[in-house]
Amino acid sequence: MAQTIAYREALNQALREEMRRDPDVFIIGEEVAEYGGAYKVTEGLLQEFGPERVIDTPISEEAIVGTGIGAAMIGLRPVVELMTINFSLLAMDQIVNHGAKLRYMSGGQLQIAVVIRAPQGAGLQLGAQHSQNLESLYAHIPGLKVVIPATPADAKGLLKSSIRDNNPVMFLEHEMLYASKGEVPDEEYLLPLGVAEVKRVGSDVSLISYSRMLLLCLKAAEQLAGEGIDAEVVDVRTLRPLDAETIVGSVKKTHKAIIVEEDWRFAGMGAEIASKIVEGAFDYLDAPVMRVAAAEAPMPYSKQLEQLALPSADEIVSAARQVTGRRLETVDRRQ
Amino acid sequence: MAVREERLIHTKEELLEMYRRMLLIRAFEEKAAEMYTKGKIGGFLHLYSGQEAVAVGFISVLREDDYVVGAYREHGQCIAKGAEPKYVMAELYGKATGVSKGKGGSMHMFDVKRGFLGGHGIVGGGMPLAIGVGFAIKYRKTDQVCVCFFGDGAVNEGAFHEALNMVALWNLPVIYVLENNMYAMGTAVYRASSIPDLIRRASCYDIEREQVDGMDVLAVREAAERAVRKAREDKEPRFIEAITYRFRGHSMADPAAYRTKEEVEEWRKRDPIPRMEQYLKDNRMVTDDDIKAMRTEVDAEIQEAVDFAESSPFPPPDALYEAIYA
Repeated sequence: MAQTIAYREALNQALREEMRRDPDVFIIGEEVAEYGGAYKVTEGLLQEFGPERVIDTPISEEAIVGTGIGAAMIGLRPVVELMTINFSLLAMDQIVNHGAKLRYMSGGQLQIAVVIRAPQGAGLQLGAQHSQNLESLYAHIPGLKVVIPATPADAKGLLKSSIRDNNPVMFLEHEMLYASKGEVPDEEYLLPLGVAEVKRVGSDVSLISYSRMLLLCLKAAEQLAGEGIDAEVVDVRTLRPLDAETIVGSVKKTHKAIIVEEDWRFAGMGAEIASKIVEGAFDYLDAPVMRVAAAEAPMPYSKQLEQLALPSADEIVSAARQVTGRRLETVDRRQ
Repeated sequence: MAVREERLIHTKEELLEMYRRMLLIRAFEEKAAEMYTKGKIGGFLHLYSGQEAVAVGFISVLREDDYVVGAYREHGQCIAKGAEPKYVMAELYGKATGVSKGKGGSMHMFDVKRGFLGGHGIVGGGMPLAIGVGFAIKYRKTDQVCVCFFGDGAVNEGAFHEALNMVALWNLPVIYVLENNMYAMGTAVYRASSIPDLIRRASCYDIEREQVDGMDVLAVREAAERAVRKAREDKEPRFIEAITYRFRGHSMADPAAYRTKEEVEEWRKRDPIPRMEQYLKDNRMVTDDDIKAMRTEVDAEIQEAVDFAESSPFPPPDALYEAIYA
């Protein structure tokens, strides 16, 4: 049986189940306890687990993440919530210079089992400092894992696995997905990190994406189906380790690839995925690998400009038309 | 000497062990310098010569299951916490037998089973980690403590202030030990801090503070006893400023031209090792022959460490990709 719940609720269930299962798991972050989480992901956890395990902090990101990593150094399994990924930049020294490297630098003596959860993404007119997608920054770092679910079911299964994983995991949620609903199994389940999933099977073009862009790809695929273009939609789900095999396998079948990311195109995840496709499926490609991504600009506040900056389903559709040779037209409406 | 009576509490064995450990660290560091100039050791090498009394005095009151978080001038702290010099030397050589299997180096010594949690190369970077260690101790309701050493440069980092606020706010058993050796690399304290009296930089967090002569191992030990008791029994953080001095430059690459010869000479007169030696002699705990025998023993141990490092294998190529993930 399955229940239909919101992404936010799925995350809440994952946290609750893991905290019930393992007394070493605790939650720490700004507004996670009494306020219930800035996006209400941790709502009710203080009431169930008490202030020893659900801990509100001062606004001190470097110290919050350091607390998580330090506690993990001696065996606890913290879940750190950062209010948004934008604030993770204040903690980047702890994440990159410490969390990602302590196991390696200690010759394997330390295990840093910490999950750092943070919402990211744009779409709520929050302006340039609150709308970034920084997954490629963290995916760049050996020693970190980067998990980025799009659906409630994936959010729950991947968060539970991330909490049980013995490494630092950047778990990136999306602000615009918290209210989105989907079916989640009633029984307990885990989803493995590092495994992509084909969310829609198709034969003409591979739409490769993750997080909120997955929903856009599925929408575009419906529209393309009406035009006789059968799109396959691949949800990468984990950026590091990257499941290149599933991505390349899809492209070998469809011979065309479009990578869709909400992040900036330049030096973004799409560049890495494109490289993997070229390395693994060069002889299979019938068209250049394309990318649909955000405008190369800080995110503007004004709604019209913000929507212009973000990738749209229309852009994905026109990119698909172009690579399948159905119609040539300008792909990027900003050019 | 107002604290003389208190000093007599320490057993002779404890006093001799502190002396021996300072000798060991000094001999280790001077040998490391020699091997660095011979090209046996790479990277940065920040030596602890002159500051031995701080690590030895402080760590002498800790239990094996207590934790220490250091910065990048940490060889002495690692040895004081119980690591055998040969494994620390092998680490400097980048050998597979090093404490961190040759993957950490001078700035990243770890001996986790003895509670030595690094070895951190970013100024102030260990301070947030120590909050987490203290947090975990409180979470598990044990009576351990965490001691975090850092230098005078770190007081100007945001991490310093975030960390002090949080350990005080949450009453964590963390003792922050500022080793004020007067210079952050080549920058004298007064050139970097609006308040040259650095203990005042910690004054607004409602943490009990104490300043101690970091060139006097007994004074450090006594301050440590007070602080550790407080942290262990009352679950409270403490802040200690140890006034100390490094006899060498910031690293082996630094001729320390920013300090006068006279200044260095003045501080060398306060060298903690002869000072302790005098104390032991004054109290008739050792003879000159005993001292000589100890020095010979320490020199042999350091030579053995060098031989061990020299004869140990380098890490195999496979080690490059080992221990990135658990």
